[in-house]
Amino acid sequence: MAVAKQKMLALNGDEAVAYAVKQSDVDVVAAYPITPQTIIVERFSEYVADGEVDTEFVCVESEHSALTACLTAAATGARAFTATASAGLALMHEILYVTSGCRAPVVMAIVNRALSAPLNIHCDHSDSMVERDCSWIQIYVENSQEAYDSIIQAFKIAENQELLLPVMVGLDGFTLSHTLENVQTLPDDLVKKFVGTRKFPLVTSHEGKNVPFKLDPKKPMTIGPIDLYDYYFEHKRQQEEAMQIAPKIIQQVHKEYAKISGRRYGNGLIEPYHLEDAEMAIVCVGSTSGTVKTVVNELRSKGTKVGLLRLRTFRPLPVKEITKALENVKAVAVMDRSLSFGGHGGAVFHEIRHVLYDASKHPYVVNYIYGLGGRDTSPNLIQKIYRDLQRILETQQIEKPVQFIGLRE
Amino acid sequence: MFSEWKFAAKDIAEKPDLFTSGHRACAGCASATVLRLIMKATMGPTIVTTATGCMEVASTIYPYTSWKIPWIHTAFENAAANASGIEAALKILKKKGRIPQEQVDVIAFAGDGGTYDIGIQALSGAVERGHDFLYVLYDNEAYMNTGIQRSGGTPLGASTTTSPAGTVMPGKLEPKKPITEIIVAHNIPYAATASPYYWRDLIAKARKGIEVNGPAFLHVFAPCPRGWRSDISKSIELSCLAVETCVFPLWEAINGEYQLSAPSKAIALKPERKKPVREYLQMQGRFRHLFTPKFEKVIDEIQRITDERWQRLLKKCSMALN
Repeated sequence: MAVAKQKMLALNGDEAVAYAVKQSDVDVVAAYPITPQTIIVERFSEYVADGEVDTEFVCVESEHSALTACLTAAATGARAFTATASAGLALMHEILYVTSGCRAPVVMAIVNRALSAPLNIHCDHSDSMVERDCSWIQIYVENSQEAYDSIIQAFKIAENQELLLPVMVGLDGFTLSHTLENVQTLPDDLVKKFVGTRKFPLVTSHEGKNVPFKLDPKKPMTIGPIDLYDYYFEHKRQQEEAMQIAPKIIQQVHKEYAKISGRRYGNGLIEPYHLEDAEMAIVCVGSTSGTVKTVVNELRSKGTKVGLLRLRTFRPLPVKEITKALENVKAVAVMDRSLSFGGHGGAVFHEIRHVLYDASKHPYVVNYIYGLGGRDTSPNLIQKIYRDLQRILETQQIEKPVQFIGLRE
Repeated sequence: MFSEWKFAAKDIAEKPDLFTSGHRACAGCASATVLRLIMKATMGPTIVTTATGCMEVASTIYPYTSWKIPWIHTAFENAAANASGIEAALKILKKKGRIPQEQVDVIAFAGDGGTYDIGIQALSGAVERGHDFLYVLYDNEAYMNTGIQRSGGTPLGASTTTSPAGTVMPGKLEPKKPITEIIVAHNIPYAATASPYYWRDLIAKARKGIEVNGPAFLHVFAPCPRGWRSDISKSIELSCLAVETCVFPLWEAINGEYQLSAPSKAIALKPERKKPVREYLQMQGRFRHLFTPKFEKVIDEIQRITDERWQRLLKKCSMALN
């Protein structure tokens, strides 16, 4: 299939998400406003008010109810979407597990924002990193274009009949959500065709019949029963087995999407940037990778062998791909925009160092905690990180495995 | 507003159960009876959702279920949000022609903990938004599933594990929250109270709640022998006494217009029929400590509050006696 003719629109990240949802033939949107996610809900409300979407918009009284309504709508057979940030995601915490446990393929945009206290509305990844264990697929995007593309892909990933896992797409608050960007958009009918309509796998009901996995009065099924020590464990393993096949499905959807859009983000799981011969690399997620790429270009022009590994998919963790991408690098700096208090570094650092333990070669791996509460991360800071890596290679010594960067000393 | 629905006891007895036996509710559990009776009021395709609580854990344990209709449970505080999502999905899927063009009724069940306390936000939101569903509160007057802790629905003087009667405390210090009036204040099209003793009234009200266009709220009294320390054979008798003492009067509010239901109306017309609360309280171990000289005054206070609330209800029903 040839790449479609696309329309360039000036959209901020939130608008790009709302536009993607508008095109994806979503049946139910249940959402509650929170900065910096509000624009998504506002734009979508406008689409509803102007009759531009065939969607039931449920303007709920809390994020807890937003996700609950999406969960039960999805269980009833609908395509469901919600969006939140920070405290809203924290309020959903309980239902995040229930959604994945009920295998409800809900798609959610997370406009990443710091958690209170102190109250802060700006970007960091504390809100979604703390939810990394809840059996949702997590994709973090670099720019608004990718936010648009990833939301469309997310429906197709989540609803895959083998998978049936919810997907959250993280975009950096304000940096992406409130910043205008040129976004290439696909024609409506093409997106609609790409996402298709929901299909339901047949499962064995309590009556021993093969029935479609949804709440259907003609084919009754009990969803969400109490499930104790005699079965719960197997059900949790099933979720993990689904997670294990997710990389294949994410890559497949990413590839199909590339065919119609011409856009690729690495292989859909990771995006290596000048890593082939790199001696030093930064690993990060989200919009900061844009800044890192600029610095890599500068340093490369001066002959320094530096590179970047952007993790696009953080859950499931692309273990093989990370190992392959980093095992020949000599020094790695992992940048974390969240902190696991008392836990020796941030979430991404934990994963990267952990994965490299089993690699054939062991690069030096250090951690930088940066940008909490929206603190700006300038190219100077990125240059400093590469200089630090250079020193580690020269001295063959790590002075500080975990440190903060870009704050008052 | 409602189609005339005539049914005989035989019709109800012969209608196959949608909430079936084999569940694990305790002996004498009135809540299970309530669910069974309400499911008798369904006619067409129906989806049920249940909050975490007694009836959720008793009616399902994987791989078993008592439900003959599609059923979903997600959490404790969100039964009304569950119903909101189901109803929204049904509406749009029907509009898009992806499911049959027929009315599918949605019923949410929750206990008093899941309604008076932790679930009131989701309930208030769903009612305000006007989703078309019937919300049934089965009120056994405490968190029974977790072992008899007090809720906003626990009456004054009841001993629970978190409001125990002690040497200085006479059980719960606060009276029951007027939950149904709170829901009526949302301008809900239909709200009612019911008791399993008056099973015909209960089923008819459930039917009205299902048929009404928009949200409906049904508050059903449900004695719990384990939590009330009452005889397992007395649950239905207690359901009768609660009405006869006006501890739990039966009424409806149709578009905000209050009216007494027949059993309570009979008491309003012949006040001498109203029994003292003492008769109701003395059948329950949770009030045993009140029948001691130290806490006897609490019985007077319960009687006073019951009378006061009854008078207020009569006024709302334009049946005040003076």
